[in-house]
Amino acid sequence: MTKNFPPIITAENLTVGYQENIVWQDANFTIEHGEFVAIIGPNGSGKTTLFRLLLGLQQPLQGTIKVFDAWPKRGNQHIGYIPQRHVIDEETNLESLELVRLGFSGNKWGLNPFSNDDRNAAYDALKSVGAEELTRRSLGRLSGGELQRVFLAEALVSEPHLLLLDEPLSNLDIRREQELVQVIHNVVRSRNVTALLIAHNINPLLPVLDKVIYIANGKVAIGKPDEVLTSEALSALYGIQVEVLRGSQGQIAVIGTEENQHHYP
Amino acid sequence: MIDISFSFNLLTDLQTMWQYDFMQHAFEAGTIVAIIAGIVGYFVVLRRSSFAAHALSHVGFAGAAGAVLFGVDPIIGLLLFTSGGGITIALLGRRAAARDVQIGTVLAFMLGLGVLFISLYSGYATEAYSILFGEILGISANDVIVTFVASLIILILTAIVYRPLLFASIDEDVAEAKGLPTLFLGVVFMLLVAVATSISVQVVGVLLIFALMVTPAAIAQRLAKRPVHGIMISIIIALFATWIGLFVSFYEPYPVSFFITSIVFMLYVLTLIFQRVNTWLSARRMHFYKHED
Repeated sequence: MTKNFPPIITAENLTVGYQENIVWQDANFTIEHGEFVAIIGPNGSGKTTLFRLLLGLQQPLQGTIKVFDAWPKRGNQHIGYIPQRHVIDEETNLESLELVRLGFSGNKWGLNPFSNDDRNAAYDALKSVGAEELTRRSLGRLSGGELQRVFLAEALVSEPHLLLLDEPLSNLDIRREQELVQVIHNVVRSRNVTALLIAHNINPLLPVLDKVIYIANGKVAIGKPDEVLTSEALSALYGIQVEVLRGSQGQIAVIGTEENQHHYP
Repeated sequence: MIDISFSFNLLTDLQTMWQYDFMQHAFEAGTIVAIIAGIVGYFVVLRRSSFAAHALSHVGFAGAAGAVLFGVDPIIGLLLFTSGGGITIALLGRRAAARDVQIGTVLAFMLGLGVLFISLYSGYATEAYSILFGEILGISANDVIVTFVASLIILILTAIVYRPLLFASIDEDVAEAKGLPTLFLGVVFMLLVAVATSISVQVVGVLLIFALMVTPAAIAQRLAKRPVHGIMISIIIALFATWIGLFVSFYEPYPVSFFITSIVFMLYVLTLIFQRVNTWLSARRMHFYKHED
């Protein structure tokens, strides 16, 4: 499926940061159409910064980045986005459908009281992530996993080609984590969209991933999970001796990367 | 005052009332204000900006008092000050609207400034009283026209920004990523609040603005799961309170704002009790179902 399309994302000699403070530099990578990519790395290493770049909310310091063969611009309708969120106000009584609906028509000015398109699209989006029973539920009463499904529906409702998911798996227990990974995986395959997912723990994602982007120590590494998640590759990335251990079912543990050891250039 | 008594025939009662110009104007302005406060109030509660809205009305107090001092129509001072204050709060960003200490500090200063203006003004103390607590029975035909025009502007503006404002209020990060101008929407929202506050002050005064702009919308958000329903409930409650308040005050010698605030307060308490009982009942029901299995 990757042969017929140009790359979705291309980065060349990309350096990002805030004025004097470089977050990471000299990144080169391409993401192909339909790939499921995990972005891993310690807190503050600049994972969300990559999303901000792709969304056109931030400009790189150097180098080029292209999305759909063009410079990123804010409000790109082909991108669906789930920001990193901690909680939704428990008092929020609005039903899920209303939020998803805004993902479809929330950027349109004026009123259109006679159209039901957005309601139908919102319902279909909820259904496609297996959340149709949440349609009438209050957002404030949803569990973490339910909320992430609704956010996913909100991101999908405008039928994007690229999904940017910022830590959708945090605060979920193992079972919910696996369920959500499966839902995202199904969406990526059935809709043939490209997905970038920021995560803390790569293990629940390993069975479904195409590529891993590992950001640490001001550098970016990319490749197939087996190429990136090795002792050699991660040691080179961090610049210190790092060990990657494998469990009996292929699970991964990275040793020697305590976050307080990081030195940024 | 002429002796008028309540007749239990609502139609004749209303006919009697509306023979008086001041009652007619009060009903006209009260109705317009209730609708506008209901709509704008919904967004105020949704965006958790009720304290900022409350503060804005105090900024308006300084403006109105200043206008009185310089012999200008108070509504001009209200509009100027609330708009200026609203734009400032909006430009400081969404998070600024939740900074209660800073907002409270400005609020107190503005109230103090208003007191100074009032004391410098050698006229009647009733001016201050009516700005603080509302003077709906003193509304002129001209005031009604000003209120109507201001409301029309608010309605049109709200219709234009409705969906983007809703989106930015519920899910600001995604709205921003989708290319919506969230800062601009914040400014538009605060301007809506400023104008709505300025016209509401005539009815309930700056100190009681919560009663029309926040409480009905807060009840509505507890009851409705959709914005359209929420806005409708909010309007209905504000209208109900204003009409009953006006009606009762025609027969009783107490201020209209007292009745309006009491009615919305009672409705709020009733809603809370109703919801508690409801949750309790459904919890019990669940309990029984579990034991039937």
